[in-house]
Amino acid sequence: MSWFNKTLLLVLAGGINTAVTAAEWSGHVGVEARQFVEDPLYAGQQHNNQSLVFVPEFYQQWQDGRFSLTFSPFMRQDSSDTERSHVDIRELLWLMVGDGWELRAGLGRLFWGVTESQHLVDIVNQTDLVEDLDGEQKLGQPLINLSLIRNWGTLDLLLLPGFRERTFPGTDGRLRLPLLVDTDQTEYEASAGDRHVDVALRWFHNIDDWDIGLSAFDGTAREPLFSTGLDAGGQDVLIPYYEQIRQWGLDVQLTREGWLWKLEAIRRDSATSDYQALTGGAEYTFYAIMDSDIDMGVIVEYLYDSRKELATTPFEDDVMLGARFAWNNVQSTELLAGVIGDLNSSARALNIEASTRIGDSWKLAARARGFAGLNSSDLYYPLRNDGYLQLELARYF
Amino acid sequence: MKRPMTLKGNNCVFGLLMLLLLAPLTQVSAETAEEKGLAIARELERRDDGFGDARADMKMILTNRQGEESVRDIRLRMLEVPGDGDKSMSIFDRPADVKGTAMLTWSHKVEADDQWLYLPALKRVKRIASRNRSGSFMGSEFAFEDLGSQETEKYTYKFIKDEVLNDLDCMVIERDPVDRYSGYKRQLVWIDKAEYRLQKIEFYDRKDSLLKTLTYSGYHQFLKQYWRAEEMLMINHQTGKSTKLLWSDYHFGNGFEENDFTHNSLKRAR
Repeated sequence: MSWFNKTLLLVLAGGINTAVTAAEWSGHVGVEARQFVEDPLYAGQQHNNQSLVFVPEFYQQWQDGRFSLTFSPFMRQDSSDTERSHVDIRELLWLMVGDGWELRAGLGRLFWGVTESQHLVDIVNQTDLVEDLDGEQKLGQPLINLSLIRNWGTLDLLLLPGFRERTFPGTDGRLRLPLLVDTDQTEYEASAGDRHVDVALRWFHNIDDWDIGLSAFDGTAREPLFSTGLDAGGQDVLIPYYEQIRQWGLDVQLTREGWLWKLEAIRRDSATSDYQALTGGAEYTFYAIMDSDIDMGVIVEYLYDSRKELATTPFEDDVMLGARFAWNNVQSTELLAGVIGDLNSSARALNIEASTRIGDSWKLAARARGFAGLNSSDLYYPLRNDGYLQLELARYF
Repeated sequence: MKRPMTLKGNNCVFGLLMLLLLAPLTQVSAETAEEKGLAIARELERRDDGFGDARADMKMILTNRQGEESVRDIRLRMLEVPGDGDKSMSIFDRPADVKGTAMLTWSHKVEADDQWLYLPALKRVKRIASRNRSGSFMGSEFAFEDLGSQETEKYTYKFIKDEVLNDLDCMVIERDPVDRYSGYKRQLVWIDKAEYRLQKIEFYDRKDSLLKTLTYSGYHQFLKQYWRAEEMLMINHQTGKSTKLLWSDYHFGNGFEENDFTHNSLKRAR
């Protein structure tokens, strides 16, 4: 049992106790069904899977919000993949608000960045990869965060005691590599392993039309490298290896009339590689298209990684084209469609997501994901048969 | 008034005197409709100056043509910024799927407002293009520009007429949005003479046909000066849909500061 699981149990027990006092509960419970379009490539994988997800949130504040506690556990039970069935604490966070400062301590989530296609600068939280490939679902991170709010901007100082490992699909799960990732054998560059204390800081300011963030991170990489090995049963497996890295990040958005101009750039240094990566582009919104209430946003982003073919992400010289539709209706119907294409090959990754409210407290969300033109050298090649359709119905409370 | 012609003697001197006395009056009647309209708008704004800060709860009831209702609950916090537009924070409580979403607006007198949206599911603050002034606010019949800070500079004005509305002596002015992205060609505004309160607004679309009517009711006075309507009903004549805003729990003098209307405060707004 890792330190995290022990903490989780303690906290869950504590959470149930605090629930006795009157406070605010909200959240959602949902059912999700995925249907994969093509036959699976690896033994054990299924054609479809269903799952239940429960994400409650407890919130209590004192002294008009000067002190608050947020507790948000996460639970998913999946019909086929035991690794996708998982429990996490997304948030268990104390917040204190002072005059020009804020202090957060506990397990928390935060987001840095501006672009849509990928999130280079956003490094504090580990990706909950079994939830979704898009890297937007994150695990709760142990943190102490002091924010100083001054007229020259906001300075966030972060101490990150404890590391969260990335989640990976299990034997029966789709959207995985041919070899399983054996998280029982995870290795670290740091001798302290998953107890290494990382540090991060970010300066953020908005000046007229500009929103600017500069960040630095020193600690354990969120993205593992892999080596091959054998598991306890003698099967070939991938063993994750988490390096120590230093990352500098810049995120900028210029907002002018219907235009959003966005740029994220990072420089990352580790023992095995030093590289730069960026995502940059624009989003333009056409309002009330064809005399309807529908707004259409067009997104173009360029994705670059100086490691080229050696990049550990699939996007080293790619372009994302996307369109976002908002119906502006009572049901808040929305649709986002995007394709990321490699400029040097025929590789394409497609994603369409849509959602609409039903009545007052239900939400129906649909997603389609697909891959096309992948070559054996593409990082997504093992996922070439894993295009899927997904429906989720959730009840919010 | 006696006519100077009936007077004898120092006719000339008296006439001159009368001319001087009458001069200010003549000037008043020569005030153009535009000047009078602007003066009314300025007075309206002046009477609302100095409120400092406020918070209130807003219930939004959307009704479609079939009479089906849906409800949104929003809490608002406002800060008066002398010399510029107000700052405001809107926190969404209902429908449940948008609970925790919050919007920060720094409005400006002439240039476009600055606006940020906090999305709690991703913990992400997004700066959004505020050009979308004519767009619907949460699927309601209110556009963003109807709910935004109503700075005098945002329109040009023209006095139209005096009219009695609901037993109240009102002034009717026309105001034309300065912003070329506004959804309206013009608005007709009924303001009562006694207290300078908005009573009714008719919104005319870009093609100059009547689009919506907003009526205010249930006015209460706060801090012995500031009038706030309890109910605002917007009827869309072109779609048959309507939206009613019910305001409650108005509080002034909360001691809000600029620091309560920042990127950071948006992330922790509850």
